[in-house]
Amino acid sequence: MSDYATINLQTVSLSFGQIQAIDNLDLVAPPGEITVLLGPNGAGKTTAIRLITGALTPTSGTVNVLGRDPSGPGGELIRASCGVVSAKPSLYDRLSGYDNLLYAAELYGLAKMTSVEQKIRTCAARFGISEALDQRVGGYSTGMKTRLALARSILHDPQLLLLDEPTSGLDPESAQAVLELIRTMTQSGQTVLMCTHLLSEAEGLADEIIMIEAGTSLISGKPQQIADRYWPDTEVTFTATVGDRLDVLANTVGVKEYARSDDTAVVKVTDAAVIPDLVTLVVGAGAALTSVRPFEPSLEDLYFAIRREAGQSTKVSALPPVSTGQSVGVSS
Amino acid sequence: MTGSSGIRWSRVVTVAKTDLKQLIQAKDFWAPMIFLGGFFFVIIPGVLLLTVTQIGSVEVVSQVSDTLAVLPDSAQAQIEGQSPQGQTGYALAVFLFAPMAIVVPLTISTAVGASTIVGERERGTGEFLAHCPASTTEIYLGKLGASVLPGYCTVLVGFGLYSLLVNVLVGPDVGGWFFPTAQWWIMIGWVLPPFLVLCLSIVLRLSARVSSTAAAQQASGLVSLPLIGIAYSQATGSLFGAGYLPWIIGFLAWIIALLSLTRGVRSVTRSRLLGV
Repeated sequence: MSDYATINLQTVSLSFGQIQAIDNLDLVAPPGEITVLLGPNGAGKTTAIRLITGALTPTSGTVNVLGRDPSGPGGELIRASCGVVSAKPSLYDRLSGYDNLLYAAELYGLAKMTSVEQKIRTCAARFGISEALDQRVGGYSTGMKTRLALARSILHDPQLLLLDEPTSGLDPESAQAVLELIRTMTQSGQTVLMCTHLLSEAEGLADEIIMIEAGTSLISGKPQQIADRYWPDTEVTFTATVGDRLDVLANTVGVKEYARSDDTAVVKVTDAAVIPDLVTLVVGAGAALTSVRPFEPSLEDLYFAIRREAGQSTKVSALPPVSTGQSVGVSS
Repeated sequence: MTGSSGIRWSRVVTVAKTDLKQLIQAKDFWAPMIFLGGFFFVIIPGVLLLTVTQIGSVEVVSQVSDTLAVLPDSAQAQIEGQSPQGQTGYALAVFLFAPMAIVVPLTISTAVGASTIVGERERGTGEFLAHCPASTTEIYLGKLGASVLPGYCTVLVGFGLYSLLVNVLVGPDVGGWFFPTAQWWIMIGWVLPPFLVLCLSIVLRLSARVSSTAAAQQASGLVSLPLIGIAYSQATGSLFGAGYLPWIIGFLAWIIALLSLTRGVRSVTRSRLLGV
């Protein structure tokens, strides 16, 4: 996987004096997918992005982005291929939105394009800020600034988008719109690495998840694969008007665990395919089912499960790798 | 536009141009600076020279004439004019007020330069520069240009106005247009630019290292001391009228400025732009 990964960090460490900001971090982002770097505040997400662009140089370990070391002589090419949206929009308040985009266009080498103005206006239109483009950024709302920062990040058609808490400070509606825009970006084949501490953001957006804490990756992989590892059995909750009729499930083939409390029974099955058979069985036993709810772990459930496990482990790196064959585990 | 050193000058120009664009937008910055320039280049010289030459205040002329006695002989020998008013006006114009040509641009340039890098960090825009493809050398040179230009342009405009003023007020008493003198052409064209570059290369290094704009401005005050020394040397006539000395000082200043530039380039790093 790491041979063709857009981003590949291997056992990367970085310290600022006594502070260990990144500690043996492994991070792989496959091309054309949205990888979400998930972790609490101070986990090292922003520092990871800075390592990826070569803005910071690791104390040890290797950083490979688009086949090059960003801290080396090829750093300029990598930075030219990246679009970055920082946690703070990093815009020049005294300049207009247009001038902010023009500055980026010139630094990223678009100035020679005869259509640079058209390119700027097209990008601005894509993010719905055309009307405000000639106004000073100092007067923009937080949402508008984020949109402008997003427009700036894609102005030069980067291969890799690095988004650091892109919805920070936005109202839910604007945040949703921004996430939707991020989703559309990958449709043109761009690789996205997004940092967030908001589980709800990563949910439904992430193709890959890398969970980090204290500068170390706890786990990585596709959300479903990770969920399968923590919840290998399917859990189904049956609710009926007469609870004891559900007890027929207790010794049925395919049922691994059975527990009932009043009119609600929680059943663990080895394969979700048996659920319709179980429903038929219960109905046949005369139970009037009021609900059948398979448990689908949310990212939040997953997050806390991983953190619980990490907390129990003295060495986070001792966590077993994701078992599924197509995993995007940290080792190459 | 990539030089043999690997520097893309188009990016240097872009950084400088954008910094200047922001400066133009900052009325709260340049309005006081215009007042400062106007005050020292036009108002003070205008009032005093008018008092000496046009109103002909005997008391003022006498006091200033006495003061001129402290000038070195070589400087006194340069003073033109037959009447006491003319000689006093000439001395004031050439030795006393003109050194403001150093102090004013220095004030403007250091104010701009001090905040240029630490300001990026404080505003959070350093993050954008740290991730952009421009090299730190290109960023440094762009910012240096954006700091030098406002100061030097102020010199050119202010000195132009000042020259016009003193020629109109004092010229009739000393036999016509006399300013800028040959020494002042050397000062403006040869001595001042390297000192400005030297000062700003140091100010930018400070700006890259300190934690706040306020700290950078405090520290840059120390850096400007050599230039103020030059101004005093000129005001007392010990620098000008001293043969080849200005040429030599200018030459040495250029060498030191270039050395300081090469060291200054290294002070701007991406981690410093980020503030880590």
